Amino acid sequence: MLNMKDIMETITMIQEEHLDIRTITMGISLLDCCDSDIDKSCEKVYSKIYRLAKDLVKTGETIEKKYGIPIVNKRISVTPIAMLTAASGGDPVKYAKTLDKAAKDVGVNFIGGYSALVHKGFSAGDRELIESIPRALAETDFVCSSVNVGSTKAGINMDAVKMMGEVVNRTAELTKDRQCIGAAKLVVFCNAPEDNPFMAGAFHGVGEPDCVINVGVSGPGVVRAALAKMPKDASLAEIADKIKKTAFKITRMGQLVGSEASQMLGVPFGIIDLSLAPTPAVGDSVAHILEEIGLEQCGTHGTTAALAMLNDAVKKGGVMASSNVGGLSGAFIPVSEDAGMIDAAVAGTLTIEKLEAMTAVCSVGLDMIVLPGDTPSTTISAIIADEAAIGMVNSKTTAVRVIPAIGYKEGEMLDFGGLLGSGPIMKINDKSSDIMINRGGRIPAPMQSLKN
Amino acid sequence: MRAVITVIGKDTVGILAKVSTACAEANANVAEVTQSVLDEYFAMIMLVNIDKLTCSLEELKNSISDTVPAMTVHVMHEDIFNSMHRI
Repeated sequence: MLNMKDIMETITMIQEEHLDIRTITMGISLLDCCDSDIDKSCEKVYSKIYRLAKDLVKTGETIEKKYGIPIVNKRISVTPIAMLTAASGGDPVKYAKTLDKAAKDVGVNFIGGYSALVHKGFSAGDRELIESIPRALAETDFVCSSVNVGSTKAGINMDAVKMMGEVVNRTAELTKDRQCIGAAKLVVFCNAPEDNPFMAGAFHGVGEPDCVINVGVSGPGVVRAALAKMPKDASLAEIADKIKKTAFKITRMGQLVGSEASQMLGVPFGIIDLSLAPTPAVGDSVAHILEEIGLEQCGTHGTTAALAMLNDAVKKGGVMASSNVGGLSGAFIPVSEDAGMIDAAVAGTLTIEKLEAMTAVCSVGLDMIVLPGDTPSTTISAIIADEAAIGMVNSKTTAVRVIPAIGYKEGEMLDFGGLLGSGPIMKINDKSSDIMINRGGRIPAPMQSLKN
Repeated sequence: MRAVITVIGKDTVGILAKVSTACAEANANVAEVTQSVLDEYFAMIMLVNIDKLTCSLEELKNSISDTVPAMTVHVMHEDIFNSMHRI
């Protein structure tokens, strides 16, 4: 029997602590849309996406009303477009425009999968697609792009890393009249997951079924509120336990929504991504959880340890609550999307070096970080290489989503609005990495034994 | 199938009567009511059977909100509470 305390707890979580389902993402395979004629291929892509996803937004809204839980985003991820380009040839931007139109017509707010997987080398279509990314992101509104440049089993493709530094800069350049927003829709991965529902890095992997529903839950505010009620002398074991219990409840709700959506749409349920995804709203911040654990400000000494514990406890609690867990699953630390991170970066407590250390113990990586506008492409490539190395050696996903603030001065902020938030330009090391990046080639895959 | 209706706000005369009337009009059968008043603060949780509901849950919520405009009203399917608080 339901009791009053449980009911009020759920309502408080939703009403005051910003508990929501962050995204329902429909993964759609486009492998059967390949055609040697790019126009025919685009036509098939559009009609398949439209056919499968036309009820996605409506279904999401129905579930929101039934359970009284907000579902913030409805999104689509598709097969990496480089694979279609390989078969059809032609200008890949045509695909980007097709995806953008399909996204607008079905009413979703992002579509991911303008992607290439080049962790070991380039195959047909990969280079063309990567080179077209700046134009594709400048000429569309909802398309998101990602490139996988490394993996634990293959090593790091440094030729691709070099290219991506240039692509990031060019993408920002082409959208400099719109706060360089293009670069905020581009992610460079190492060990990219195939079933990630979160943008901008979502794509539908080749090992996935034809169509699938993946769900991303959220709830940093709920975890912070739960920890705020703990006494200040509670041990870290007790704190970890509390995080586990809270993550369990959050994930159960995601499981309910995901299975309901998959049933209503007649599409199999894929995974729940357990990530704690912050928003710029006050009270919905991962940095504030770390501060609640006992740090004066996020970024100070002890941040990495606190984050490691948080990340692990979220997974332990969430795994039991769901039939299938996947995606990125951990804590996100996107600087511009997290009120506490923004404050810490402005105050200078949170530096890019500390963020890099934090990425070794939590999901994703250097996310939504604004760089000076005059950052050389080789330096961006070097940042990508560092991050990919952390992912490769630790057998985890890492990613880089940095935004060079072209035309802005140090101390200024970029303001993207909405969920993407706003961020200060961060200070980076000004010494050159030119020679290393220009060497190209591949960093060989690391040893998987003799671990120390 | 059951839904949970919660009504929270400042205590006034006739809240329960108004909410029950709105439920009756939508053919929602009240199964259980818990109500408490603390320092003029009114909190009510009502469990209703919605098998024969004549409108959607959203319409039921709107009609309850209309009869007690000063109160915060939630109407949610009971499954969300069951899944969150029961293993």
